[in-house]
This record gives sequence, structure tokens and C-alpha cells, in this order.
Amino acid sequence: MEVIQLQQLKKAFNQGRPNEFWAIRGVDLAIQPHQITVLKGPSGSGKTTLLSMIGCLSRPTSGRILLGERILSGLPERFMTEVRRSTFGFIFQQFNLIKGLTALENVMLPAYPLGPDHRQLKQKAAALLQQFGIGNKAESRVEWLSGGEAQRTAIARALINDPACLIADEPTANLDSRLSEALMQIVGELKQDGMTILLTSHDPVVYDAPVIDRVIELHDGQVIGE
Amino acid sequence: MRFFFRRQAYLIDFTLSSLARRPGKNLGLLLVYTLIVFLLASVMLFTQSLRSEASLVLAQSPEIIVQRIVAGRHALIPASYLQKMGRIRGVIGRHGRLWGYFYDPAVRANYTLMVPRERELAADEIVIGAGIARTRGLSTGDFITFRASDGSAHAFRVVDQLAAESELVSSDLILLSEASFRSFFGIPEGLYTDLVLNVRNPRELRKVAEKLTLRLPDTRPILRDEILRTYDSIFSWRQGIVFVLLVGAILAFIIFAWDKASGLSAEERKEIGVLKAIGWETTDVIRMKFWEGSIISLSAFLLGYLAAYAHVFYSSAVLFEPVLKGWAILYPEFQPLPHIDGLQLATLFFFTVFPYTVATIIPIWRAAITDPDTVMR
Repeated sequence: MEVIQLQQLKKAFNQGRPNEFWAIRGVDLAIQPHQITVLKGPSGSGKTTLLSMIGCLSRPTSGRILLGERILSGLPERFMTEVRRSTFGFIFQQFNLIKGLTALENVMLPAYPLGPDHRQLKQKAAALLQQFGIGNKAESRVEWLSGGEAQRTAIARALINDPACLIADEPTANLDSRLSEALMQIVGELKQDGMTILLTSHDPVVYDAPVIDRVIELHDGQVIGE
Repeated sequence: MRFFFRRQAYLIDFTLSSLARRPGKNLGLLLVYTLIVFLLASVMLFTQSLRSEASLVLAQSPEIIVQRIVAGRHALIPASYLQKMGRIRGVIGRHGRLWGYFYDPAVRANYTLMVPRERELAADEIVIGAGIARTRGLSTGDFITFRASDGSAHAFRVVDQLAAESELVSSDLILLSEASFRSFFGIPEGLYTDLVLNVRNPRELRKVAEKLTLRLPDTRPILRDEILRTYDSIFSWRQGIVFVLLVGAILAFIIFAWDKASGLSAEERKEIGVLKAIGWETTDVIRMKFWEGSIISLSAFLLGYLAAYAHVFYSSAVLFEPVLKGWAILYPEFQPLPHIDGLQLATLFFFTVFPYTVATIIPIWRAAITDPDTVMR
């Protein structure tokens, strides 16, 4: 994993319309590999917007995002998807697991477009669930899982394609403090495995955790401190 | 290549589980879709089979029939016309026919009475069609009495019954001897109902007919092809009537399918967003939804067509029988010959599977090209 650099990054919604809104107003940042970086700030400060641009889920209105020497922000959609799939693993605020499917199927889902060997994929997904202590829930449908189990399933899904960087948006928003601490412990272990981790949060359990390397504070779409 | 197939297998796998996750919606859609294909395919198969049945039967009929016309009406034709028409090149056989209709008040049905050429019958003997046998409860050896044109009663003995294969046209047929026919209807010797000509070369038919019109100006020649065309248009007209009756059902289906296929629920939109966010490409999502539409429409097509095949060829199309076969007291009971027309199959496929697939693709494409970051909010 190389350094992720943001250069004069800006993002506007409804540009050119009366309700135009600038969510990110010129951010310059370098996110170091193999570290845990937290984007902190109140609601509407632009954390999620910034995270989605870094994770190739959306494009900036202006400015550049570089992964090492490679410019990500200008890539065509197909290549952006390719980068997203191979470089980033996502954990969403609501976990966004697909209902009606089992935990195991949910974990396997990001690998489908790569067309891997089915048996190997299944084994890998089962091993990930086992690693997070929910191996016995592999065949349970996700709507039957508890909050903590759903969260772990989401983490396993984020890791199925061996991404170099894990991106988590408000991962503790729907968890109690015990589960939040457990999550931070898992995140710490992933960092030890050499993974780059990028989180957004306004939860002190996250940004005050001892495993965190760097906290970047955002306000009104701008970095206001570290 | 292997990668491509494996990828498609994953997409189909996911599609199948997607379908299973919304059983109510998808089963309902499949059911209505199957029903529409079933109705349309039944009408098509049945009409087609009636057409081919009719042409099979008519294949043995004479090439040209000559009828005498008096004041625009069909009249009896003198036997002397056979000589009067003279020698026409290409005609290999000619003879007079005797046939007519008889109304039986006992069962309020019309019979067709005919003198056969290839069968010698005694004065009191008749051969009957299966419809008459059923309606009057007759079997070989039984007697039946009809009132002739002069009011006298004629008793006939049933000596045989016509084969069931030709029931579509022979259901109401009675064969009797020439002498009986003449005395029953009061037709004097030397007069026939019409004349028939056999022509070896079909390309000479028009020329022969032309000569006949010149030599016998008070007659009209009827070609076999014209009869076939008439049958064809009758069946097409009936098929059209059934289709008109089905228009309401088809429209309801179009609205239903459009609504189900094009209106993506919020949950489905979110799901597409999640799939894109976790690394699926737009084309993967579209392919997956394409498989979904294809699985539903192909299953419906297959099920509907098979059901229609069984309905038409194994249960004699009980649903459409009265409209498509015609109205009569003596319903022919016939088992249509299994026959599938490739072009018809392709037409039905094109008008059922294709619109549905297109209807599903456009909204999916619209949902699939949106930025995946919507799931982050």
C-alpha cells in the first residue's frame, strides 16, 4: 500500500443550481499506509463525502486523489471499480448487508465479479467468519444476526478480496460501547497485519482508542486540525 | 473463457437467490406471464393445427368443382354439361357429384348427405359420420328413418361408420346410394349437384378454369386453392376474434409487467448501490438483472407454451373449442395433430420475452449508472 494523497480536493452537490452546496472545500492531506487514520467532526462536516471520494465511490468536483503516483480521481468508471474492488474494503454505517442472504453469501459477494473458484471462495469466507468468532452463524440469514454479529459479517465482507485499505464510515454508530470496543480491537489486529485503515467517527471510543495513529478534524468541509 | 463462465455462474447464482428472496412478487409475475403465454400459444397452436388438418383433408379433394348458377344461385347441373364442356387438355378425369343437406328435427342438426364414388351401397344402406353416431346413438346394424322431400318415410340401415381421423369434416356426413339419394331428394336422373374435374398439372388449373367459363358461361369453376384460402381466412378470422377477446388480458399483463419490471423498489435500488460499492461493475449489475428478467420470461414462455401444447393436443383445446371450431350441434371430436410452426414460435417469443426483457433493462441501467456513494448516506 502506498500513500494516499489528496490535493486541493473539492466536492460540490447540485452544482449550478440554487441549492448548490460545497461539502468539501479544498482539502490537502496525505494518508500514510499501515496506520489507522480517523476523520473526526460533527455531522455535515464532510467526513463521509471525503471518505467516499478516497474509496472511489464518487469523484471530486475538482482537485486530485493519488494512490502513490497513480491519479485515482480521473479514472474511467470501470477502472475506478477495479481499484475500489482490489484496494479498498468497506464497512458501512448501517452495515448494508443484503437481506435474505446468509452471512456466508454476504461475505462472498464482493468476489463474485472476479469469478474465483467457488470452493476456495467459500472456504475463505468461512475462515474469515471463523476468525471473527461467528463461524457458527455462516448459514444464518443476516436479518437474524445480532448487531455485533452483523458488524463482524460486514468486516469479513470488507476483507474477502484482500484489500490493502479498510474504509469504515461511522462503524460504531449502531453499536453499544462494549461492541464498539470489540470493533476497535479487531481494527487494531488488522493494523498489526499491515493494513491501512481509514475511519470516520465522532465517537470518543473510536478516536480516543490507543490503536489510533492519527485523528484529522474536519469542519464545514475543511481540515481544521490534527 | 472459464473465467467468463464462472463469473456468469456467480451472477446467475445471485439472481436465483434474489428471485427466491422476493417469492410473492416473482411467483405472481411468473403466474400471470405464464397464463398470457398459455392463452396466446393455445390460440396459435390450435388455429395452426386446424389449418393443417383442413389442408390435409382437402389435399384429396378434386382440383376443380364446376357449379351451375341460375340467377346468382347454385342450381343443379345437367349431366350433359360433361360432354358440353368438350375435351380440355390437362383434364384427366370428370364426373358428376350428388350431395346435399338434410335437417333432422329430432336433434335439430344439419347432416350432409353424399353419394360416394368408390363405394357401392345398396338402396337402404348408409354409412354415417361419428358425430351423427354419437348424437343419434347409432351403431352398425341399427336402422334410422328420415322423412324425404315428398313427405314419405325412408328407413336406412347403418352398415358402417366413417373413420375418426377425418372427423373434422366427416362428423355430420351420411353416405348413401345414388338411387336412394335421388328418390330421397327428388332429383331426376341426368342432374347432378355439381361436377368435378381432375387436373394433373396444378399450373394448368387457371387455364382450365378460364376455358370452362368460356364454354359453360352459366357455371362457375371453384379451385381447390380457393377453398383452402377460404378455410385459411375463416380460421384467421376466428383467431383474430379470440385475440381481440384477449386484448384486455394482454393489456393488463403489459401494465402489470411494466410496473413490476420497471419500478425498482427502494430496497432494490439500495441493493444495487451496495453491490456497486463493494466492487461490482455497472455491467455486472445490468447482467445480473438481465439474467433475472431472462429467467422469469424464459420460464414463463416455456411453461406457458408447454401448457398450451398439452391443452391443444391432449385436451383438444377445451377452452377455445366453441370459438375456433365453429358453432354446430354436431361438434366434431377430433384430436388435433401435434404440429409446431417455427415462425409462429419465434413470433410469440419475440412478442412476449423481448418486451419484458427490454422493460427490465432500462430502469436497471438507470439505477446502475448512479454513483455508488448513495449507500454511504
